[in-house]
Amino acid sequence: MSTEKNHIVPYRTYFFVLAGLLVLTFLSIALTSIDLGGLAVTGALTFAVIKSFLVMTWFMHLKYDKLYIILWVVFVFAVIIVTIVVTFLDYIYR
Amino acid sequence: MSSSGIQHEASYLEYKGKYTGLLGWIFSTDHKRIGLLYLYSMTVMFLVGVVLGLMMRFELLAPGKTVMDAQAYNATFTVHGVIMIFMVVIPGLPAVFGNFFLPLMIGARDVAFPRLNLLSWWFYVAGVMLVLSALLFGPGTPDTGWTFYAPYSFRTGTNLLPAIFGAFVLGFSSILTGLNFLVTIHRLRCPGMKWTKLPLFVWTLYGTAWIQLLATPVVGITLVLIALERLFAVGIFDPALGGDPILYQHLFWIYSHPAVYVMILPALGVISEIIPTFSQKHIFGYKAIIASTMAIAFVGYLVWGHHMFTAGMSGTAQYYFSLLTFLVAVPSAIKVFNWISTMYKGSINVQTPFLWAVSFIFVFMIGGLSGLVLGALAANIYVHDTAFVVAHFHYIVFGGTGFAFFGAIHYWYPKIFGRMYDKSWANIGWVVFFIGFLTLYTPMFYLGLMGMPRRYYDYLSEFHGGNILATVGSWLLATGLIIIIANLIRSARKGEIVERNPWNSKTLEWVVPSPPPVENFDEIPVLGEQDGPYNY
Amino acid sequence: MEQVKQIVHEHYDPEASKIGMWLFIFTELLLFGILFVIYSVYRYMNHDAFHLAAEELDTYVGAVNTVILLISSMTIAMSTTSLQKKKTKETLILCGVTLVLGIVFLVNKYVEWGGKFDHGIFPGSEYLVANFSQGEILFFGLYFIMTGLHALHIIIGLILIVTVMWRVYAGKVHAGRPVLLENSGLYWHLVDIIWIFLFPLFYLII
Repeated sequence: MSTEKNHIVPYRTYFFVLAGLLVLTFLSIALTSIDLGGLAVTGALTFAVIKSFLVMTWFMHLKYDKLYIILWVVFVFAVIIVTIVVTFLDYIYR
Repeated sequence: MSSSGIQHEASYLEYKGKYTGLLGWIFSTDHKRIGLLYLYSMTVMFLVGVVLGLMMRFELLAPGKTVMDAQAYNATFTVHGVIMIFMVVIPGLPAVFGNFFLPLMIGARDVAFPRLNLLSWWFYVAGVMLVLSALLFGPGTPDTGWTFYAPYSFRTGTNLLPAIFGAFVLGFSSILTGLNFLVTIHRLRCPGMKWTKLPLFVWTLYGTAWIQLLATPVVGITLVLIALERLFAVGIFDPALGGDPILYQHLFWIYSHPAVYVMILPALGVISEIIPTFSQKHIFGYKAIIASTMAIAFVGYLVWGHHMFTAGMSGTAQYYFSLLTFLVAVPSAIKVFNWISTMYKGSINVQTPFLWAVSFIFVFMIGGLSGLVLGALAANIYVHDTAFVVAHFHYIVFGGTGFAFFGAIHYWYPKIFGRMYDKSWANIGWVVFFIGFLTLYTPMFYLGLMGMPRRYYDYLSEFHGGNILATVGSWLLATGLIIIIANLIRSARKGEIVERNPWNSKTLEWVVPSPPPVENFDEIPVLGEQDGPYNY
Repeated sequence: MEQVKQIVHEHYDPEASKIGMWLFIFTELLLFGILFVIYSVYRYMNHDAFHLAAEELDTYVGAVNTVILLISSMTIAMSTTSLQKKKTKETLILCGVTLVLGIVFLVNKYVEWGGKFDHGIFPGSEYLVANFSQGEILFFGLYFIMTGLHALHIIIGLILIVTVMWRVYAGKVHAGRPVLLENSGLYWHLVDIIWIFLFPLFYLII
């Protein structure tokens, strides 16, 4: 008995996602030629986050999944980010 | 609800499937047999840990060397900690009672992934063997303490790699159990079993499972890094190569603090089952207890630095961690208030499980309050790494998880074995154990405040009296343990046969025959609007 | 009288399997997440050394590997579509392409590491300790650990894909029972996401 979505994702969607991913990759490389100083990390991570969002939403089918799974994913990333932030409370203020 | 009184189906104890005898157990995917496998293996490891503890207490009977030198003492407290933490209290309640009762309590036939469940137990056994091999073979028993702090953990010449690898494998067992329980609770609740009708023990298993899932990988990778440090001198935590040992402590405690909530949350859940049953009254503040459970699980992630106040963190970090530590005490206090309110005007049935539950509340409160002393920055400087800390965590973990475990095994004993334990001996065991427990650990609070360090095999003569008292307490406690365990073992064969619900509890596991049949329910129960786990 | 029968009858619950896989993915995210914590801390403390050390890495090779993994993610995602459309051969081809791309990634990594080893740059190397600053030593330590662990996960992913291909071929994984392929896909995407973060943090520090 299937509680699954029976929605079949067309190949075309996946091609578009890949195109987006490749564009973002090349943009992130191009960005390194500009000196952004402290913002360089932010820029690189921003691209990584957007790319991950694309992979998770379409390749990993989150767009077609039930809400609770999406909430879980957000929660887990939040846990990792909070861990980094709290750890930095030590290192930044030493 | 289904399940007639006629035992037309073999119980899970008698069932003979593809394998028989011992193989029928160690290859069984029945959650009830797996729960018992954990119970037996864990009891063995617990007793080993107790013996190590007794040896430590014997060494501390007098200042100076009594029966072992410093190196041996360091190895003893290391192995005592590794066994008790990773093999007893962390798997503890979820692996034994979660496995046995989670499916029954939600009206399911088994967990979501029965074969993965068996694999979890196999990983447990493998992890135990690996750790034990560190003791028996190689250049010496690990002597770093169960905390494996850098840089000593990669400089010590003792046999650390098998112990680390064993802890890693044990972690895997924990993760897979957590994963299994999460999917089980999400997908296998019987019709009508809404989230707001779940027994509180199930809720605590749910919160615990999330912690097991998200925190254990942290210690996994941290231990791998120590192993890599020992093998390849990578430099991640080595100050000589630019590494920061305090970072190791951060990573270690990012797991190990949530781990203590893995230990205590199911214990709190057990108390939340015992108190209503033996008060024959609806639990006070069911939703508040759920909220507290999830709050403890969540806030527990944010307090790890309170193990590191003297390590060298920034002042900001110290303030932050101290504040959060005080906050996390609040939900636990809410639970205690709700238990006591449940008992108020209830019809109290003073049985062994109830005695364990009430004494739990007593020792857990003391342990918890001592945690506030430790959480206060100024006080922490004086008591960190003293016997005060040892008293605190034994009160909380042994007094908490341990007492809840004894409460649980007596509470659910008739369901598991279809027989009743001898009540007189059980209560005598409780009395002796409880007195022994208090005698053993209370002096340590004073010793710590007076300045006696922990993890030392020697001490100043002014600490002698307190140590004598504690050691005598350990003998009393051991005597109590022997009585309790002997009674439980004997009663499994010779105990009086009981009817299926001797305590008149309202949760689903009491509906099935004792001991339960293999598939738990003849027909999956369907809960109506008026049904509920505490509708007395 | 009911005779004792074999194990409990199994329900096919694909959603249970899927969320089981997601939960496992969360453990992997935490595992690598902690390595990112370590990386963040040491980069913060050794800003210039990290920049210096990163110049030893070839951005071009890193970019090629990124593109390879992104394409392989697409192909395995497409294979779930072809499976649902009951096109077994197409499914096998798409999985096969994913497999090949994964192997190419590993070969690149092997060559890359080999180059480092030839230059005396490897964990515990005396040359490293003698000639590089502490920050740089940390950078390389993290580089080898994180890309090494990632490569291990690629290998696991490849084993999964081979297993799935076999079961698709044998008819055990099909449109009515796609869960193994979908879950293997999820795992592969996870491996891709980890690399999506590794790439800028090691190869794009200029």
